[in-house]
Amino acid sequence: MERRELESRGYLVTPGFIDLHAHLREPGFEDSETIASGARAALRGGFTTICAMPNTEPAIDSPGLVTEVMTRGTAAAAARVLPIATITRGRAGRELADLIELSAAGAVAFSDDGSPVDDAQLFRHALEYGRTKDLLIIEHAQDLAMSGKGVMHEGVVSARLGLPGIPSAAEETAITRDIAIAEMTGARLHLTHVSTRGAIASIRDAKARGIRVTCDVTPHHLAMTDDWVAGVREFAWEREGRGREASLARNGPAPAHEVERRPASQSQLSLEKPPALATPYDSSTKVNPPLRGLSDVRALWEGLADGTVDAIATDHAPHASVRKDVEFDQAAFGISGLDTALSLLLAGTAAGWADRDTVIRALTTGPAGILGIPVRDDDWVAIDLDVEWTATAEALASVGKNTPLMGRKLRGRVVYAVVGGEARYEGGLRGATPVGSR
Amino acid sequence: MRWSRRHVLDTDDWSTEEIEAVLDTTGAMIEVLSRPVRRAPPLRGRTVVLFFAEASTRTRVSFELAARTLSADVVNISASGSSVEKGESLFDTVRTLQALGGDIVVMRHSSSGAPYFVSERTDAAVINAGDGWHAHPTQGLLDAYTLRGALGDLAKKRIVIVGDVVHSRVARSDINTLVPLGATITLSGPPTLMPSAWRCGQAPAGTTYEVDLDRALEGADAVIALRLQKERQEGGLLPSLREYTRVWGLNEARVARMRPGAPVMHPGPMNEGVEIDASVAHGARSLVERQVTNGVAVRMALLYLLVGTPTLEAS
Repeated sequence: MERRELESRGYLVTPGFIDLHAHLREPGFEDSETIASGARAALRGGFTTICAMPNTEPAIDSPGLVTEVMTRGTAAAAARVLPIATITRGRAGRELADLIELSAAGAVAFSDDGSPVDDAQLFRHALEYGRTKDLLIIEHAQDLAMSGKGVMHEGVVSARLGLPGIPSAAEETAITRDIAIAEMTGARLHLTHVSTRGAIASIRDAKARGIRVTCDVTPHHLAMTDDWVAGVREFAWEREGRGREASLARNGPAPAHEVERRPASQSQLSLEKPPALATPYDSSTKVNPPLRGLSDVRALWEGLADGTVDAIATDHAPHASVRKDVEFDQAAFGISGLDTALSLLLAGTAAGWADRDTVIRALTTGPAGILGIPVRDDDWVAIDLDVEWTATAEALASVGKNTPLMGRKLRGRVVYAVVGGEARYEGGLRGATPVGSR
Repeated sequence: MRWSRRHVLDTDDWSTEEIEAVLDTTGAMIEVLSRPVRRAPPLRGRTVVLFFAEASTRTRVSFELAARTLSADVVNISASGSSVEKGESLFDTVRTLQALGGDIVVMRHSSSGAPYFVSERTDAAVINAGDGWHAHPTQGLLDAYTLRGALGDLAKKRIVIVGDVVHSRVARSDINTLVPLGATITLSGPPTLMPSAWRCGQAPAGTTYEVDLDRALEGADAVIALRLQKERQEGGLLPSLREYTRVWGLNEARVARMRPGAPVMHPGPMNEGVEIDASVAHGARSLVERQVTNGVAVRMALLYLLVGTPTLEAS
């Protein structure tokens, strides 16, 4: 089918999205996802290209494995699959992987995602060595000592639920370190799944100083807050206006010493809890970095609007139910995100938190620029902006059904996806309607 | 009021009326416990499964005594030696519990939120007997009952909770139970053992944080000392137990800062000489033993409200 025909039927046709960050779990964890199932789920979310994270078993740290991921990706005949290789051998954080050979084999970027490269000197060496070919290093920024045994954002919700917290500072100190290393090495650095207000501020500042740093944020961090762990199911834009967090988001956070002096009446406001609609401690809300506060979510959208945030990436992290259907603190981190990414982002734009073009840029030219690849004319998708659908196990193409959106009615869906000029997905196309009748 | 709750997972969403209903029923249970034959029939033919996936003797025995006094059959699934220790998943245990067909599952678990997981997957009523750092509803209720016995109406009474609040399900449940009854709470203890949000202007309604225990105790109506786990020192949260005792331990001089006769409570088991001096723990102000007795009655009240037949007459 032609683009023009779909446009004339009222669909939004856009270049195919590019996801810098997806976990496809193959090889090693095929009960959670395969390259083929992940590549199919990608098309549902509008992604015609996805970058596969290398934290598989074995980890993608040799040229043969890179080739294998590409071969299986091609065989899937769905979204294009671009392999990311590890920064360190075995993802063990001790010695560098053969970055140049891996790059020659087809690795588009390097990341030990799931973990940071904790050793600052080794990380420095990765960035310095990567300058040989101006390689793209993607860092999961987290201070492991500080995040410790944390399982959710540290704040008033974790205090109430009695769950160990991951403070914002665990991300912010790591990002400060990473920026300092990027500055000293002159290498380019991509910070993935940035989730806090402070991290956005640091990156904005680093960019202003000319440091070669880029970053992405995830759809779930743009939509959900830490109280989802407590059973709340309101998107950030539905929450706004409730409680003190909202005014914080507008006015900026008060420094800690000032907060401590805040009169009691004001601190009472923050106790106004939105209604819990789901059972608390649902492990589908457990993700790393954790869902943060409303002021953090606001800051991510602001970063998107002013260009601090270069891309939206899913951090699609599917898990088999055996790793999620357990106690909250025992459950694996991760949200299955490819299928639902588009609907979440459209909901945010519908609420006026960004215009649609900004979001589409962050899904197309943004990530393409980071990867140094073109936005192809023959990769495109058609989107039905109005259709409502319900996220059910059957409706998700991903093997991973671990999403807090399960059972929820969403709006907007890909109806047609073309990769390399070839139609690779079609679903829910309406019959032809005359132009202008809708 | 009509009792309508199916489970007792946390008291944080309970109305004052619901808390009062449990405390009133507890009074009736105290009467049952004072009979020459401590036995009443309302749970006859009912099965109470005690599922303790974390070691606990006191709470388990308290529930067992409560269930037996109300004529229930009691089944024990404990952590040590059971399949839980051999790595059986909680989901698998729940399937077993479901197949056993108990009417009430009383559970203790080291993971916060585990009782919610179980309640979603079984037909039985679930009573949370302590989950991780999250909640210990029966402790909160028994503390409320005990404090009422000592102080009367709790409106405008100020209760100090001192110690390791961040890791304490007792502290959370005490707050959730005492504040709706009109009490205000002063939390005290090392900043490293306090939830960071609660120190920074986001403490729960009705509570404040006062780092200085002497100041917190000044004129207070009661104090609850929390158990200090010795591993907090290894976790880098405390320099030493000795320093903790010096700064936040309850001793005679400190408790004398409260109103005359103001009681001292502790959920047990106590580390005497660490968070509480032996002389205070066993002194005239101590309600620690009363807490244990009242604990049985509170647990009877909840079992009764959840599944009991509406008569307490001796058979």
